[in-house]
Amino acid sequence: MTAYIIRRIIIGFMILILVTILVFLLVRLLPGDPVMRYMANFTGTGQQNVMTPEQHDAMMVKLGLDRPIPVQYWDWISKVFRGDLGESLGVQQPISKLIADVLPRTAYIGFWMFVVGTFGGLLVGIYCALRRGTWLDNTLTTIANIGMTVPVFWLGILLIYLFSYKLGWFPMYGWVNPWDDFWKSCTYVVLPIASVALGGIAGMARLTRSCMLEVMRTDYVRTAWAKGLRERVIVVRHQLKNAMIPVVTSLGGTLAMILGGSVFIETVFSIPGMGLMMTTAIFDYDYQVVQASALIFGGIVIFSNLAVDIAWGWLDPRIRYG
Amino acid sequence: MDEEAKMPENPVVPTPNDIISIEPAPPRRSEWRRFARVFFGRKLYLVGFIIVVIIILTAIFAPVLTPYDPEKNDLTSRLQTPNAEHLLGTDQLGRDILTRIVYGARVSLIIGFSAVFASTIVGTIMGLAAAHYGGWVFAIIMRIADVLMALPAIILMMLIAGMLKGGGIWIVVFALGFGGIAPMARMMCGQALSVKQNDYIMAARAVGMSNWRIMFTQIFPNAYPPLIVGLTMGIGGVVLGEAGLSFLGIGVQAPTPSWGGMVMDGQRFLLTNPLLSLMPGVAIMFLVFGFNMVGDGVRDAIDPRLRGVI
Amino acid sequence: MALLDVQGLQTYFHTEYGLVKAADGVTFHVNQGEIIGLVGESGCGKSVSILSVMRLITSPPGETVGGKVIFDGKDLLKYKPNGREMRAIRGSKLTMIFQEPMSSLNPVLTISRQLTETLELHLDMDKRAAKERAIELLRMVGVPDAANRVDDYPHQFSGGMRQRVMIAMALSCNPAIIFADEPTTAVDVTTQAQLLELMKDLVTRLNTALVIVTHNLGVVARYAERIYVMYAGRIIESGRSEDIFGNPRHPYTIGLLHSVPKLGERHGTRKLIPIYGLPPDLINMPPTCAFLPRCTEKIGRCEKEPWPELRAVGDDHYISCYVDIKGK
Repeated sequence: MTAYIIRRIIIGFMILILVTILVFLLVRLLPGDPVMRYMANFTGTGQQNVMTPEQHDAMMVKLGLDRPIPVQYWDWISKVFRGDLGESLGVQQPISKLIADVLPRTAYIGFWMFVVGTFGGLLVGIYCALRRGTWLDNTLTTIANIGMTVPVFWLGILLIYLFSYKLGWFPMYGWVNPWDDFWKSCTYVVLPIASVALGGIAGMARLTRSCMLEVMRTDYVRTAWAKGLRERVIVVRHQLKNAMIPVVTSLGGTLAMILGGSVFIETVFSIPGMGLMMTTAIFDYDYQVVQASALIFGGIVIFSNLAVDIAWGWLDPRIRYG
Repeated sequence: MDEEAKMPENPVVPTPNDIISIEPAPPRRSEWRRFARVFFGRKLYLVGFIIVVIIILTAIFAPVLTPYDPEKNDLTSRLQTPNAEHLLGTDQLGRDILTRIVYGARVSLIIGFSAVFASTIVGTIMGLAAAHYGGWVFAIIMRIADVLMALPAIILMMLIAGMLKGGGIWIVVFALGFGGIAPMARMMCGQALSVKQNDYIMAARAVGMSNWRIMFTQIFPNAYPPLIVGLTMGIGGVVLGEAGLSFLGIGVQAPTPSWGGMVMDGQRFLLTNPLLSLMPGVAIMFLVFGFNMVGDGVRDAIDPRLRGVI
Repeated sequence: MALLDVQGLQTYFHTEYGLVKAADGVTFHVNQGEIIGLVGESGCGKSVSILSVMRLITSPPGETVGGKVIFDGKDLLKYKPNGREMRAIRGSKLTMIFQEPMSSLNPVLTISRQLTETLELHLDMDKRAAKERAIELLRMVGVPDAANRVDDYPHQFSGGMRQRVMIAMALSCNPAIIFADEPTTAVDVTTQAQLLELMKDLVTRLNTALVIVTHNLGVVARYAERIYVMYAGRIIESGRSEDIFGNPRHPYTIGLLHSVPKLGERHGTRKLIPIYGLPPDLINMPPTCAFLPRCTEKIGRCEKEPWPELRAVGDDHYISCYVDIKGK
């Protein structure tokens, strides 16, 4: 098991390095001159030639963009590993400071989206699998099928319209840090969390249901029935753990989906988190911030995949002793 | 065949073990009829199929269906609520919402199909190559897939589309297609590897077939069902992705009608004119639901064992 | 008085293509300590019959719609499939060994847990006693180093060893009857023989009845005392082993024996004759004898009248056929 974990950590680290290269290359190699695009956007004129060639060259040198790409990459990556993510062109602040502000907010709502989505989906999925064919199963499965198709941002807008505008239960948009005023923050986060978690519940319920049904048909569950065990024992002891293996394996993907969803939801509800920062940076051509936030998102996903791999080993003896 | 079965010249001497376990004849029913039977056997699949057909027809016949121009402003009739002339009202520039939704179907379908085809072709070649060559080719391709999948799909697409912002719908297709390559490559590789295990591949090798010939005549035809299913199921995801990018303002650019962009534009007028933002979202859901159900149906009809895989 | 008496058992499956009458009037009995062979081609309904007796048919699509299964004076078909009465019998009095040793054990539970759960459930043992008994059982079925291997997981065992675990599991609560559904089909030939010898030894020692379900005539010839031959969801011939092999009376059984080479027989002394044609599609079965299309002995009556009931043709020897052929 230790060897397995170490191997996963090494692979995770390798992928992280490759992600830094991918992000870096995507931002640098796509056509366009960052300085010109940034300035054009900054002045709002849309014209790219607002600087004199001398000013432009000076800025290229200042940002280190005049050097060869591998050197630029090395420069960037060595700083990243020292915790220096560069400086934002837009707000003239160190990016690590910006991230320290916004990341906890995304992490906070992301955590709740993940918890509600996963556990809600598990419960619904297990229930539907055990009561398959009943009207409640059919209804929930249909709702889950529809839930998979709802665009997160649209659901957010719909919830604002219904619960904030029509019913007046929650504020329309905005953000209060839970560590500043917990109860007030609750009213602000309910709708964003619900918008993303609903899709999460739908996906997780579908997966759990089909995994449970799959396991129910296996030979070893038939063996368990042949032993004269009670249904509850069979479900808990023989089915759940086996059905959880693919479900747990999918959790990394679920988290990625939820992070993606939070990008939209932060835009809809004006929550100053990672997603909104990245979207704004894309609009401003603030390439340093784009690079840094993509890297953070990738890092979170890689880290959670690592956790998933370890959980998988813990669940499945074939991996543990493999 | 039957004649031969009745009077064999040299009856094969059976072995004690398999003597009476002759495989029963598979039911002789046409593959297509079976496909149709499963596919149309469940109401949801049928509903999905009808939705898809309606949306495709709408996209094709958009100019016939509506008298308005989706991109032409008419500032005299701004922000109208639904009325006899404008069934769903008009937006802030006086354009008919229903018209823009109808034309939006074109944009969504064109982008959806192109992106899925692109990522399927690239992903399939990558997956087959990985499974075929093994060794370091396999390692490199799988690491590439790992890396592409390490970023949430929408972040990857935002990176590409955002950095190339304003480049028209083909940039969006590129971004969405790029995001779809890795899962496709992984799936094809897994499928090809499992097909490779079969004895008939061994047999092909034994009669001296070349590697590439085995790849295209033996492995690919047997690994293609998930490809078809992945294609159908992929469209829903890509349409959602396109809507998302357009919603963020880095997808399809104004004035081209795009459902995601319309949701974004409409959000400002949510309190006075909710349909502006909500109706395009309903259109997105219909399309995605339709394609998802068709995908599920195709999967069940082609090969129910794929249930866990895709 | 038979230990288990199955009469006219009918189990149907509702499939996409129509109603499959997998078992359509299966009748057999099992006496104390007897070894029975239930023989037939793949898909003739032999496994379904056994699963129906155990009430393990998944519904939907399957359903046991008729017949009687009398065990211990009670009709098991009167119980709910997963009700308390049935659960008390299953795994203790009636146990099963399945075909696929590779997939019949739960991959995420230790061998120990899978053995002890029946002991705890049916014999009310505490954890320690159950574990000791589990080790003892593994020793009994010939798992080497049982005390250490009991905590292993199934994937650490070979196919033959897993099947030994299944045998141990089936024996654990001193059952009255063990049903072995193709117990040796999935293992290699040497292991097959070892497993069968082991099973025979154990059931003789413990005076347990054993029902071997198989398509392998060699297996039943060697081990079974009485044999039931099934075709298309029915028993078509039954009798003592020596009668079935020495004096078969149903055209199907005769055909089967003609098509099987015998061990020790000199090459070329006897011509092997296959049974031509294929077993019937179990959907849309004609009311007449299902073997009719393949039968070489048919008479006019066979075409007109329904499938014949079993009738005695000798001491404890029954066939379901209108024709009376003396065995060759």
